[in-house]
Amino acid sequence: MDIRRLNTVWVILMLATGATWEVGEQGFAGQLAMALLLVLSFVKGRLVVLDFMGLRRAGLMWRSLLIGWLLLVSALIAIAYRIAQT
Amino acid sequence: MAELTLPSQRSSAPPGDLAIWVFILAELLAFGVFFAAYAFGRAHNVALFNEMQATLDRQAGAINTVLLITASACVARAVEAVGRARQVSGARWLLAGIFCGGGFLVVKGAEYADKFSAGINLSTNTFYMFYLSLTFFHFMHVILGLVILIALWFKTRQGAYGPADMNGIESGAAYWHMVDLVWIVLFPLVYVMR
Repeated sequence: MDIRRLNTVWVILMLATGATWEVGEQGFAGQLAMALLLVLSFVKGRLVVLDFMGLRRAGLMWRSLLIGWLLLVSALIAIAYRIAQT
Repeated sequence: MAELTLPSQRSSAPPGDLAIWVFILAELLAFGVFFAAYAFGRAHNVALFNEMQATLDRQAGAINTVLLITASACVARAVEAVGRARQVSGARWLLAGIFCGGGFLVVKGAEYADKFSAGINLSTNTFYMFYLSLTFFHFMHVILGLVILIALWFKTRQGAYGPADMNGIESGAAYWHMVDLVWIVLFPLVYVMR
């Protein structure tokens, strides 16, 4: 593993956390805010899986299982929020 | 020979013990069901959930996100250091991770104390039933993760891990990253999304 890569990932994760916090501070609500928050958490989760968990170098099956979990959870949340809006 | 071994390396197993990854998948499945239950539970009580979410301490949730992610980064640095036979440095990174994880428990504990003193409990309403059970389920995982990190710290100090013996530290680290991964979904879902 590469130290510079790990540090860069940490900085990106902090910035994305700041962005998530700002969405809350601004009181953004609705479909667009929901989508933005899900994209932010997917970007963060994907980096944790690939770089912190070290699955970037592991087999496609393991990467797909973990990233697939993120996508599935995000999709279920999006569906539930769409149902709630209508 | 080198050409023959390449494809098998590319489709190699994840770092650490295979058993821990099966365990991680089972944990993620449980949290996934919990997240979906929260989201669909909210769909029937949007007004209540939005009103109650506003009573949460979003700042505490954000600070805890920073603490968990930083702990995860420290643990990743520890694994990297031990992989280069720098066990002293690895132990320090683990200790830094343990402090960040401990900080999470302190902040979350203060949040719980605040809610309990306001008379909030599992039967207050549907939102708080989800909030308390979901975050406490995660809280228990942070505690287990910290126990694992402390064990890794002791063993790293004793020189139990090194470039040729990464299995234990990689397995423990993977569990901790799972705890972090779950919170990365939990924080926006429960504290911010409305």
